[in-house]
Amino acid sequence: MLDIRLVKRLGATEIDCAFEARGPVTALFGPSGAGKTSVLSMIAGLIKPDSGHIRLDGDILFDAAARVDIAVHRRRIGYVFQDGRLLPHLSVASNLDYGRWMNGLGRNAERMNQVAELLGIGHLLKRRPGALSGGERQRVAIGRALLSEPRLLLLDEPLASLDAALKAEILPYLLRLKQQAGMPMVYVSHVASEVEMLADTVIRIENGRTLAPA
Amino acid sequence: MAYLSDQEWTAIALSLRIASVATLVALPFGVFVAWLLARTRFPGQSLLDGLAHLPLVLPPVVTGYILLLLFGRRGPIGMFLFDTFGVTLAFRWTGAALACGIMGFPLLVRAIRLSMESVDRRLEETASTLGASRFWVFLTVTLPLAMPGVVAGLLLCFAKALGEFGATITFVSNIPGETQTISSAIYSYTQTPGGDAGALRLTAISVIVALAALIGSEWLSRRAGRRVQGL
Repeated sequence: MLDIRLVKRLGATEIDCAFEARGPVTALFGPSGAGKTSVLSMIAGLIKPDSGHIRLDGDILFDAAARVDIAVHRRRIGYVFQDGRLLPHLSVASNLDYGRWMNGLGRNAERMNQVAELLGIGHLLKRRPGALSGGERQRVAIGRALLSEPRLLLLDEPLASLDAALKAEILPYLLRLKQQAGMPMVYVSHVASEVEMLADTVIRIENGRTLAPA
Repeated sequence: MAYLSDQEWTAIALSLRIASVATLVALPFGVFVAWLLARTRFPGQSLLDGLAHLPLVLPPVVTGYILLLLFGRRGPIGMFLFDTFGVTLAFRWTGAALACGIMGFPLLVRAIRLSMESVDRRLEETASTLGASRFWVFLTVTLPLAMPGVVAGLLLCFAKALGEFGATITFVSNIPGETQTISSAIYSYTQTPGGDAGALRLTAISVIVALAALIGSEWLSRRAGRRVQGL
């Protein structure tokens, strides 16, 4: 379970959010510019909140009062960015393996095949990121995050940068991911239909503030 | 080859050896300083920046003289090196390599730093969410993506080291077989009656070596560039 209270001033906007996510899939839903991505970045540890706390399954990842701030690379939180962000100098296979290397996890061919099959990226392994379509890139990014064996997966509008046809291509993979991967997820989106399809809990965010559940 | 005298061959070999050693030894320091300047914030950073660039703006003779003061037999560092390790740098080829490395250092740091600054920070963040510590982010993301700049910096440093004259001759003099490089050999020829032919031969060699280095690094850097673009 994710338990969050975050306050952060970013330029002119102030983020002041509090919610509990019991998953499996929690959606952060709200208009563009509401501060959803900033909230994800704070959960991942990429932005430091001014005050508040982040607890995951009872572990404190951040607590301003207790001066706890676990480093990004120790949080074991997977992050799928809007724009994929594959490492351009590595092959698809190496991108997928990256989290395993960095976390010192043993080679697990079965898991690799399972994820590759789930996301339909088995035939791309030898390619380089520059030779992938937008949809393929995004699927590899999801696979890469999954294979780092995170405790929680953050997905930041993974469909936003794709056109309608590609969205339709990826949505089924996300549904399968939810059904088969069994990993708690926080899914950020401003599209109601995506959220309805995927989320068990919906947290609405507007102007940096969480609203009462609808 | 009969066209060149033994002494000229020695000068050429020595130049290449000095420039290679200078560049290779400067490389890890250059990468580290470039990373400090491009990716960290700390007090005294502009001082480090200034120090690293100093050899670029100081007259080379001044740099050579400072080296002589510091690393000469009676200089504080020179005395320490001799007493502890029995190492002498002044008037030795190793001293020439030190002088050349220091003269090339600003060019090395500058090229690497610029390309590190252009590495997308978001990719570094991504790597850290995948479990990479700062050190591993540097080693697996920043450095490989800055590789075109590293190659360019290596070439600039090597070229500078190969042609260095002022600091070298001040610090280690112009001793045939020990510290006489192509540049100082050419200088000696121009100071000797009838030395024109020798000076011209060595000049031609300089042009050939420089061109080869340029073409080689262009090729390397194009390869590195393709890789960085994910192709």
